[in-house]
Parts: sequence; C-alpha cells; structure tokens
Amino acid sequence: MAIPAVSIAGIQKHFGVLKALKGVDLTIQQGEFFALLGPNGAGKSTLINLMAGLLKPTHGSIRVMGCDVQSQYQQSRQHLGVVPQELVFDPFFNVREMLRFQAGYFGRGPENDAWVDEVIEALGLADKAHTNMRRLSGGMKRRALIAQALAHRPPVIVLDEPTAGVDVELRQMLWGFIKRLNREGHTIILTTHYLEEAETLCERVAMMKAGEIVALDTTANLLKQFSGKNLRLKLHGSLPASLLPMLKHGEGNVFTLALNELAQMEYALSELRLAGVGVEDMQLIEADLEDVFLSIVGKGSSA
Amino acid sequence: MFKVSAQYRGIWTLFKKEVLRFWRVSFQTLASPVLTALLYLLIFSHVLEGRVHVYEDVPYTAFLIPGLMMMSMLQNAFANTSSSLIQSKVMGNLVFILLTPLSYLQLFVAFLGASIIRGLAVGLAIYMVSVWFVDLPIVHVGWILVFALAGCALLGTFGVIAGIWAEKFDQMAAFQNFVIMPLTFLSGVFYSIHSLPSFWQAVSKFNPFFYMIDGFRYGFFGKSDVSPWLSLVVVIAFLALLTWLTLKMLKSGYKLRG
Repeated sequence: MAIPAVSIAGIQKHFGVLKALKGVDLTIQQGEFFALLGPNGAGKSTLINLMAGLLKPTHGSIRVMGCDVQSQYQQSRQHLGVVPQELVFDPFFNVREMLRFQAGYFGRGPENDAWVDEVIEALGLADKAHTNMRRLSGGMKRRALIAQALAHRPPVIVLDEPTAGVDVELRQMLWGFIKRLNREGHTIILTTHYLEEAETLCERVAMMKAGEIVALDTTANLLKQFSGKNLRLKLHGSLPASLLPMLKHGEGNVFTLALNELAQMEYALSELRLAGVGVEDMQLIEADLEDVFLSIVGKGSSA
Repeated sequence: MFKVSAQYRGIWTLFKKEVLRFWRVSFQTLASPVLTALLYLLIFSHVLEGRVHVYEDVPYTAFLIPGLMMMSMLQNAFANTSSSLIQSKVMGNLVFILLTPLSYLQLFVAFLGASIIRGLAVGLAIYMVSVWFVDLPIVHVGWILVFALAGCALLGTFGVIAGIWAEKFDQMAAFQNFVIMPLTFLSGVFYSIHSLPSFWQAVSKFNPFFYMIDGFRYGFFGKSDVSPWLSLVVVIAFLALLTWLTLKMLKSGYKLRG
C-alpha cells in the first residue's frame, strides 16, 4: 500500500492551560480530496499549522508523505503546499517575482518557470503578473496566496479556508483548477465554511469539535448515517404538537421536519389531517452536509 | 548569469530576495544614510577642524570619515535584518519563509549575507563621495576589509536577534534608540577615546562598537587607540557569541514557531 499523504498520530497541542488539540489521529491517503470541518476554535488551523511545522506538537507525531514534520522537516515541507487563512503578502514584489521566489525557496529554478506561468494562467492572474502585490484587490491577493502555495508543485495541498470572502467567479476558477490537480494525483486537504463546497468536492470528511475529531467518514456515508430527508411544509395554521419532536426549523407558517425514513412522511401528513391543518405547499428535500454537521457538532455552530 | 545548483537554490533565493528588498527602496536604505553621514561630515568638520586634536598628522576631517563609514555600515547592517524580520512578522508574510524547507542555518546566512551587502554598499558609497573632498590614506586595506565584514556581520546578527524578539515596531524603535544609537555615538566615531577623562576611557573599552571603529580606522591611518589585534579578538568574540545566541533562538523556533 502506498505511503499515506498525511498520517497524524496522537497529536496534542496545548497553549498554556488551553488544550487546542486533545489527541487527534487521522490518516489521509494519497490522491484524496479531504475536508476538515468544524466550528471556529475547533482546532482545524492548529492541526494544519502543526502539519506545516509552524507549531510544535505537545505530544504525538505527524508525517507528510512518510516524512516526520519535526525530525525530517526539510523533506516533509517539500511535499506540502499550504494556503494560509490570513490574507498576507510581501509588499516589495510583484506576483511573478513572489511565485518564483517561493519556488526557489524549495530548490526549484528556471525549469519550474513554465509551471509558475501555468498557475498564474489557471488562477486568472496573467494580467496581474507584473503588478505589485500591494496594488492587488482582495480577491487577487487571495489568488496570489493560493498560487504561492502551489509554486513548488507540492503533492499535498492544504487549503485553509481558501474561499472565505471571495466571489463566485474565483471559487469556480479555483475549484476547477484544484479538481484538475486532484485528478492528476495531488492530495487536497480543505477547510471551509461553505459546507456545500465540501459536500460536492470532498470524498471524505473529518468533523472536529473542541480539539477532537467527532466524525470521520466518506461524505456519502455521513449523509446516509446521520440524516434522512427533510420535509418542508407551508401550512394553513400551526404545527400540531404531535409533530413537534420532528421539527427542525420553523418560521411563520413554514416548518421543516426531519425524517429518519420516508414512512414518517405518511405519519406527518396523517397528523396534519387529524388536526385539520391544511397544507398549502410541500417539498421533500435531501439532507445535506449542513444537517450532518449540525447534528454532530451541535446547533449554533458555524463550519 | 551563473547557475545555482538545486541544493543552494533555497538559500540563494532568500539572499537575493533580501538584497532586492532593500535595493527596491534604495533612496531610504542607501542614499539616505549616505546623505546623513555626509551632513555629519560637513558640520563636524566645519565646526571642529583645527580645534580637536586626534592623531599626529591626521586632520580631524580625515579622522572622522572612517568613523562615519563604520557607524553607517553598522546601523544599516542592523536595520536590514531587523526591519525585514519585524515587517514580515507584523505583516504576516514571514509564513512564506517558515513554510519552506530552508534550515535555520540557511535562513540565518541568507539574512546575514544581505545585511552585509547593504552595510558594505553604504560604507563604500560614503567613501567614494568623501574622497572627492578629503585626502584619505589607506595604510592596511586588509584590516579595513576585515573590520568592515566583521562589523556588518556582528550588527546584522544583532538585527536578527532584535527582529525575532520584537513584536511591534515600537519595541524595535526602542532597541534602535536605546541600544544601537548610544553604543554607536559613544564609541569614538567623533573622537579618540584618548581625549576622554580616564573614567570614560575605561567605560568606552566595554563598548564593542569602539573596537569595530578603532580597528577599522587603523586600516586607514595605521594608528589606533588600542591594538587592531585586540579589537579583532573582541569583535570576533562578540560575533561568535551573538551568532551562537541567534542560532539557538532560530533552532528552538523562539517567537517564530509556537
């Protein structure tokens, strides 16, 4: 079996009394498109920073393509491209210069320039290649940040909320390019606030809460396991008390009921008939990752 | 253009980036310190020429030039590493270097190399401008080069320590104004320590900057307050101490990797 792209064993990270990670074990195989989800403060970025060597673990170890991120940090970092969450840039240089520098730090020289140009093209930065980083708009800075992580063509790419606050056009462009890289064999690890992105892109998902992994499975299994379907009803009147245990969301006279199995729909409709409440509109909706997320991580959290 | 092997490309790239960084703002990093040094030269030589007696047969203006050169070299070598690090830390772009496979030693050498280049460029520019106006001898070019290199390396290293330690520009300014400036001004840039009362002479001998300037000046005039060999030993000892401390800080990830 091939070496895992990332293997995390018993990772703990304490900041003083705060236990940011309480023992995380996770293996991500080569070629996976993997999502790391969790509310703010769950420990996703801490885990990524440990992977990248920006933080040192309190306990445990992490290997990237078989190389320990502490004792073999030079080899492990060669395999890793990280897009940081914060929009940071070097104000002294233009986009192309920054990308060539970034590739150069990893030992890549002029032979890598064609790849740098390909990344520039794919992320729609071609007409900004000679523009100083300082003069770029927020969206363009985000593209440049992503390009920097890819400049040395790493086999494992970590994107820490790459689409936070960016427009639809960039999201589509970015995901088109990242999907292509994934098809070509790159491993992609993604954290995002947009659960629909994780649902459509990622084969496997880990959900984190308070420094621990609380769910780890394929996206399909999680959807199957944790929620059925939702029934959205627009009623002439209020919801009968007998249906309240199924209520997931209610606003005005529109109610969303969670169905564990389709047979429950029949029950819901009969209860409505019994109570004499008329149905103005009805929709059966497939559960999505947000439902799974809320049922596992808890309501009131954001991914 | 010469070819750099893949093994050294990382360190070469960082060195090149650091040199380009100060070159892009050369008005601030090169022209401005040269102008400041020339203004010092103009004013002090005008006011003190013929009034201050330093070495036999050495006019005060000529005496002043190596001191001003060294002072500017030291300040700029310090400024290069310290400002690059603090800016990258505050702006957050230091992460681009921390994510790379560059070892702590490679990182140190690249930063230090660029700071030495800036220090030497400033020193050379001051020399080239001032020799138009003042007759400046060169007795031992070897000593000049040794002290120029060692001085820039020492302050470049000190700049790395300050850049790692400081978390905001305010702390860096304090470092510059309360440590670097007093040590430079009280090191014999403008005077020979033999002109000081004996107590202050003794105090000056605890200042490492004094040895850098005194040794450097020896290269020009063949005369100095203390033996250039003593100065060299002191400067190398301080350089070794600060290099050890810097490498220890970088290796442990102090204030850089949590």
